[in-house]
Amino acid sequence: MARRVSLFVTCIVDQLFPQIGMAMAEVLERLGFAVAFPQAQTCCGQPAFNSGYRQEARQVARHFLEVFENCESIVVPSGSCTSMVVHHYAELFADEPRTRSRAVSLAARVHEFSSFLTEVAGVEDVGARFEDVVTFHDGCHALRELGIRSAPRRLLANVRGLELRELEPREECCGFGGTFSVKFGELSGAMARGKAEAIIQTGAKTVVSLDPSCLMQIQGALSRAGLSIRTLHLAEVLASR
Amino acid sequence: MSLEFDSKIHKTLADARLQQAIYTATGRFKDARLKVVAQDVLPEYQELRAQANALKKHTIDHLDHYLEQFQSQVEAHGGKVVFCQDAAAVADFVLTLAKERGARLIVKSKSMTTEEIDLNERLEHHGLEAVETDFGEYILQLARERPYHIVAPALHKTRYDVAEIFEQRLHIANETVIEKQAAIARAALREKFLAADIGISGANFLVADSGAVVIVENEGNARLATSAPRTHIAIAGIEKLIPRAQDLATFLKLLARSATGQPLSVYTSFLSGPRREGEIDGPDEFYVVLLDNGRTRLLENPARRQSLYCIRCGACLNACPVYRKIGGHSFPWVYSGPIGAILTPQFMGAAHEPGLPFASSLCGACAEVCPVKIDIPKVLLELRADAPHNRWESLAFRVFAWLMRHPRAYELAGRVAASLVSSEGVRWIRSAPGLLNFGPIRAWLAERDLPPPPAHTFRELWRRR
Ligand code: SF4
Repeated sequence: MARRVSLFVTCIVDQLFPQIGMAMAEVLERLGFAVAFPQAQTCCGQPAFNSGYRQEARQVARHFLEVFENCESIVVPSGSCTSMVVHHYAELFADEPRTRSRAVSLAARVHEFSSFLTEVAGVEDVGARFEDVVTFHDGCHALRELGIRSAPRRLLANVRGLELRELEPREECCGFGGTFSVKFGELSGAMARGKAEAIIQTGAKTVVSLDPSCLMQIQGALSRAGLSIRTLHLAEVLASR
Repeated sequence: MSLEFDSKIHKTLADARLQQAIYTATGRFKDARLKVVAQDVLPEYQELRAQANALKKHTIDHLDHYLEQFQSQVEAHGGKVVFCQDAAAVADFVLTLAKERGARLIVKSKSMTTEEIDLNERLEHHGLEAVETDFGEYILQLARERPYHIVAPALHKTRYDVAEIFEQRLHIANETVIEKQAAIARAALREKFLAADIGISGANFLVADSGAVVIVENEGNARLATSAPRTHIAIAGIEKLIPRAQDLATFLKLLARSATGQPLSVYTSFLSGPRREGEIDGPDEFYVVLLDNGRTRLLENPARRQSLYCIRCGACLNACPVYRKIGGHSFPWVYSGPIGAILTPQFMGAAHEPGLPFASSLCGACAEVCPVKIDIPKVLLELRADAPHNRWESLAFRVFAWLMRHPRAYELAGRVAASLVSSEGVRWIRSAPGLLNFGPIRAWLAERDLPPPPAHTFRELWRRR
């Protein structure tokens, strides 16, 4: 029987980048997983948590727990949202031991997409073909909170026709930061331009990342600068052949 | 966010020359640090960080004990320990002592703690001359500016800026060679060292079991300032304590590497007490002023207490993409960068600059480089949770939380929002400045484009499969 995975596509993919969710489902199905999409899912609560609204974040987190509690493996196309569940839910429910332990046991089953493929499914070559020069942007939460460095690179290395050129500096924030990007719009924009310049330096035609929100920020800056470099989620690259 | 904060950020971002200066200088420190903490150069680096964190945690958790031990050790060596509640108490102590000794001239070595309490201004106000002897601090004193960076105070000054300052303040024209500029400063300062009655220094570490004040520096000026004048006063926050002299093995390996990428600073001085019989140099009197200034209040909160572990290495500033854009003077207090962002609200109160804890993308670069492993993003999140919430924002997040618990309403709201930010909607928002204060989207569009909303959400596509 096919192993079952449930998608948590995140609110941003659901609302703005549905193609990322579809691509992720396609890759997982191609690898033989039975993919489910719990319809009652919405958001992980991170926007409220990062803005200092813990009460509201707790309410959303509780909803997330109810929706996903009975799922075996949950795969997420975002390092940032994964990290919210994995790292911050326990802290949010510090004063509610029962909910806290539910959150901790759920956290162990929530996986960011690329590390699900390499660490859980044990796959590094998904049989994709993508003829292009690409560069990879490390989302900060995937990188520093989840420690994901090599998984996406190993997966990209096995994509036929793809040439990866690393950014320099390699691990710098794109400046998104959720509400930071609107509260400090000018600063966030300046950080995005720095990222865009680094991307241009690589000569890549496509920027790949694990986080739709970083991609939105980077795409916004590239397009404002009149550049035709496109942004794609890793799942979209892995789905193409 | 205050208008002042906003306008300082804007001004710094708009200054291309300054942007370049900050980015280059921090980049140099950043790269130098990376080289000396690399796995093949310092394999025990992560181990050292864990040790340093554990040592700081232990000390801060048992601060009373170590303060007492330190005091008795200093006194056993003939020095005196003075506890000061706040800035005024420190100034009082120094002024009284200066008066008793008939002192007029004070030489100072670099100390963020004395910047924190505006000591120079307070002393000058009472007719004392306090001269900064660190090259960077000397330049800033001439320029009448606050430190830009906790390790490299004049980081934002190019040699051309320094030439200009020298011309204006010292009437030395056109000297743009750094070595010659340093020679000018040295010559001016030599006189001061010889004539000074009191030397004031900070401290990098206070060692409880030996009563030593440890000072780390590269120029040798701290060594002179603490030994040439008859009286030496070291001024330090109570959090500078470490339990044992042997713990320095951990901290000294981390400090210079994290700060400037040096394996060790050029000078490390261990000062314990006044000159003893038979010693050729050292002061006649040795005082250690231990400053609280709000630190014991920080101890009360277990999650934030870690803010006191800081050894002021500046690595988090160099790593911070926000500091590297907005620089040191955009920050509302003497401590800038990530560490400033968590210290300022806790020392000065949240109202001092309400926007400060929010001026971060929470990228975590600071925590990654911090040698004592302070979880700065975590403290920022805590401070955000405590910050006074704006009424409209509170309402927005209440609505958000409600929608996210009601999937059908969420779906409907999503479609409504999508039609608003559709390309016609966006054009309308952009062409109606002032009419429609559609905050977040407008702020976004000022800097970036927004992707056109898709024809269908993921859940719609999924249902159709
Ligand atoms: S917070 Fe950490 S990295 Fe920043 S100055 Fe202090 S010790 Fe250094």
